[in-house]
Amino acid sequence: MDYDIVIIGGGPAGLAAAVEAKKSRVDNILIIERDRELGGILQQCIHNGFGLHEFKEELTGPEYAERFIDQVKELQIEYKLDTMVLNISEDKIISAVNSEDGLINIKAKSIILSMGCRERTRGAINIPGTRPSGIFTAGTAQRYINMEGYMVGKKIFILGSGDIGLIMARRLTLEGAQVMGVAELLPYSGGLTRNITQCLHDYNIPLLLSHTIIRIDGRDRIQGIELSEVDENRRPIPGTEKYYECDTLLLSVGLIPENELSKSANLKLDNITGGPIVNESMETSREGIFACGNVVHVHDLVDYVSEEGRRAGKNAAKYVLEGFSNSERTIQTKSGKGIRYIVPQQIRLENLDNSITLFMRSDDVYSDLIINVKLGQEVIKRIKKRTLTPGEMERVNIDINLLKGTARETLVVEIEKEGQ
Amino acid sequence: METICIVCPIGCRLTITKDTTSPDGYLVSGNQCKRGERYGILEMTNPTRVITSTVKINKAHLKRLPVKTNGAIPKDMNFKCMELINSLEIEAPIKVGQVIIKNILDTGIDLVASRSMD
Repeated sequence: MDYDIVIIGGGPAGLAAAVEAKKSRVDNILIIERDRELGGILQQCIHNGFGLHEFKEELTGPEYAERFIDQVKELQIEYKLDTMVLNISEDKIISAVNSEDGLINIKAKSIILSMGCRERTRGAINIPGTRPSGIFTAGTAQRYINMEGYMVGKKIFILGSGDIGLIMARRLTLEGAQVMGVAELLPYSGGLTRNITQCLHDYNIPLLLSHTIIRIDGRDRIQGIELSEVDENRRPIPGTEKYYECDTLLLSVGLIPENELSKSANLKLDNITGGPIVNESMETSREGIFACGNVVHVHDLVDYVSEEGRRAGKNAAKYVLEGFSNSERTIQTKSGKGIRYIVPQQIRLENLDNSITLFMRSDDVYSDLIINVKLGQEVIKRIKKRTLTPGEMERVNIDINLLKGTARETLVVEIEKEGQ
Repeated sequence: METICIVCPIGCRLTITKDTTSPDGYLVSGNQCKRGERYGILEMTNPTRVITSTVKINKAHLKRLPVKTNGAIPKDMNFKCMELINSLEIEAPIKVGQVIIKNILDTGIDLVASRSMD
């Protein structure tokens, strides 16, 4: 089997990439999806708040997905469901398996990686105690309740204040469960502030910042958890332990880009994001292999995932149809003071239209700050912000003219406190 | 009163103060758009929320159909609305946007399907 572009993963990033690649006049496209339908995790995110940028209205996850799936069908883009990709070779041969075709090898001129991310589990954070049933990642519980029709428990405790945990606190409350509390290791929440308001405050669910679980109790089913306050080094403070009875524990303790396939193709990964290193065109370290969405870095808004997917789709089409001008000069982006990571990591000026959008996250909560963008030592842009938190991704748009006509090759973004 | 606006992901910090001179009786500041102002005033007078949930569906590839109220309903009706939603049982096929209950609990708002299911 030969295709011009093969897209791995039919979630929001892959769907947007496919639509854009097709609109850029590449016809021979295949989407490979391991689930029973397209749409990815959006199908279980039945709450609203999606699409404010993309469609200028507030949609639920399934509605947002359906709009893209409709376009994929309208444009007659081919897709395979229930199909698992096992390996990608450096020369772009994809090995996949499903129950109809068996093992298949697909040769692609270009590949777009859009596998998304997965949740960190209890094993990733090493909670001591017994190993009873009733412990779920928040996303697994979400899928059980919203798609499969199973309720996970009656008395719930949630560890981690990421958006999925907050959304599930509200969802479980509405379905009649009692949510005892949401505990967060850090002194601030990792979720959007509006989710703290509408998911916790609305239902009087306590948010316990700087707290963690130090023991899980119960033999067959979880019976309770022991919670402790932590100090500034995230160490439990003796004497602050408190026991909470519960029959279910949800973990919302972070997401990890899913990059086993990227590793099989020997792509260079970024240690901080956990995703492939990409350039301005969302191309990875291997020519013709692109990546977009949560597989590159975890986003908090799907609208930006779609935007990134389009960037990857458009450039994969460009690669197939005309190729890139490979530059002598590549600008490397670098996180300065207060910035945890920046995507893309590399910029080749001749492949930009008018500007480049950098996606980034801060390493802590900042207020009344200035974001400085520096080319070498020279400040080329200053942006005043009221607040910046690690839970809310920041986007900085830089005009191409600011980057031209200089030989300096490092673009640094850093945070400066106002008045300093 | 201080609150976080929930209209969009920006999450503006709103300050709402009583103001007898303004037509709405309240003055909202900290908002970046008109919708934030409306939200702030509604929070003081008649707080409302969109409800999203699922209903039991038969003859479809999934057991639950996601649904939403196609507008915000008074906040104190949330649980009454959930009770009603949980009593429903429908059959596929369903189209996205299809009305499942018209004028739910006399709010003037409909409960609609959030996706299509064959």
